[in-house]
Amino acid sequence: MKHKFWYLFLILLIFLPLVSGEYYINLTSQVFIFAVFASSINMLLGYGGLPTLGHAAYLGVAAYLSALVALKLGMGHLAAAPAALLGTTLMAAAFGLIALRATGLGFLMLTLALSQVLWGTALRWVSMTDGDNGLRGLARPAPFGINLDGATAFYYFCLVITVIAIAFMARFVASPFGAALKGTRDQARRMSALGHDVWMIRWLTFIYAGFWGAVSGLLFVYYHKYIHPVSLSLANSAEGLLAVIAGGSGTLAGPLVGAAIVMLLKNYVSGYVERWNMLLGFVFVVIVVFMPEGVVPGVKRLWRRYTPWK
Amino acid sequence: MEIALNIKSLKKAFGGLPAINDVSLTVEAGERRLIIGPNGAGKTTLFNLVTGDLRGDSGRIFLFDQEITRKATHRRVHLGLARTYQIITLFPKDTLEHNIALSLLGLSRERWNAFGTNRPPEEAKSILARVGLEHLAQRPVSEVAYGEKRRLEIAMALAQKPRVLLLDEPLAGLSREERSAVKQLIAGIPRETTVVMIEHDMDTALDMAERITVLHYGRVIVEGTRAEVVADPKTREVYLGH
Repeated sequence: MKHKFWYLFLILLIFLPLVSGEYYINLTSQVFIFAVFASSINMLLGYGGLPTLGHAAYLGVAAYLSALVALKLGMGHLAAAPAALLGTTLMAAAFGLIALRATGLGFLMLTLALSQVLWGTALRWVSMTDGDNGLRGLARPAPFGINLDGATAFYYFCLVITVIAIAFMARFVASPFGAALKGTRDQARRMSALGHDVWMIRWLTFIYAGFWGAVSGLLFVYYHKYIHPVSLSLANSAEGLLAVIAGGSGTLAGPLVGAAIVMLLKNYVSGYVERWNMLLGFVFVVIVVFMPEGVVPGVKRLWRRYTPWK
Repeated sequence: MEIALNIKSLKKAFGGLPAINDVSLTVEAGERRLIIGPNGAGKTTLFNLVTGDLRGDSGRIFLFDQEITRKATHRRVHLGLARTYQIITLFPKDTLEHNIALSLLGLSRERWNAFGTNRPPEEAKSILARVGLEHLAQRPVSEVAYGEKRRLEIAMALAQKPRVLLLDEPLAGLSREERSAVKQLIAGIPRETTVVMIEHDMDTALDMAERITVLHYGRVIVEGTRAEVVADPKTREVYLGH
């Protein structure tokens, strides 16, 4: 039943470019990218109980690394992509050592502080990042000689990467390691008393989340062909966190729905309403009031309540 | 005789207030030891020091021939230490079977497997059967009775086949029937496992112990066999002389 729903959804997404215009194809690509980003936050927040407010660091650094390897070293994507992923994942390992000295609010503040350092660096290190101008003149990769400059080609590229990313993250949380991770979220002290190395479980999850954050960063920079310090900013981290909470943290579908909500508001509604942030806040408040557990679990709950047949 | 648990002049103070004040204690392998004392005597603090939930200010702790004074909690578990909590600490949203599975996973190499599928091992069912809870295997913990939670918690500890088991007030808050079920369960623990048990209420647990330690204000006041401890005037003073 559950799987059928996912396959049906996937088939709809495969056929979407045949019936919709370029604007919506691009919008959906952005939803995919943001969904990978939000899902990686969900590994920490939803399954590990670790609220991160600095996850833009991994998206942004992977994007910058990929851009810098191309622009400064003149190398192609075949070198830039692995370098960006590896560099960002190593950074996640180092940041995890610092951030995981605390949990809860302390963890949140540490992740925020670490990402703010990077944001400030990207803004000020003008010789390297061109500061507030951002890095321009980037190209999309052409895997196996397939040109990704068209909206539809890039859409399918994003779709494939997104499906792979979600599948890997789904596998992760359904594994024995994932069961232990959820245990540390619910009863950390009990888990240590059962022989689980709580700190190590959290650190490995932090690195895993950093890696998928980096993947979303690569997609992000490929899509925009441009990278600006705003991608490393608190606002970006907060939007990701918001998407997870709004969609339903600790569920696989939640961050996808949340990402769609945030992206639609950001891109679509902002065309009509200037203060889209206010609207996003309003939508968020409505969600929290009526479905505090998020849209996906909330709708499931309401569905069960208002369907007498089963 | 082999010593299972050896505590040497252990001290722990909370903000200048000594909770454990120079406690030395040896428990022989296979022994059933009861630690009693009034509220605030430091019984649970002592357990927390042995498990590593708290670090002592000074003193040393040995589990068999291994020093564990500075080892992390999960390392001590891998050396054969298991515990239950005074306030039941389980995974309330998960099924009973999953709770046992998490306990088995704690000592298994499988716990680092991040790509396989997590299935509760067959063993989990037989462990639940041993404590008479197999019919509730698929129920979430939050839906079962208090006494059943107690038994589940002990089953989780026993699932790890510990060498030393610390039971923190396993009979607290139970009805008479539940109490006898838990007592039976504890009595059935094999002798390979050394059992150290805290009880607040002396009468309920007296018959389960071979040796008894009386703790008062963080110090060992009396230690000996059941008869010796009951007969000792100091026991009466701190404990029985209400």
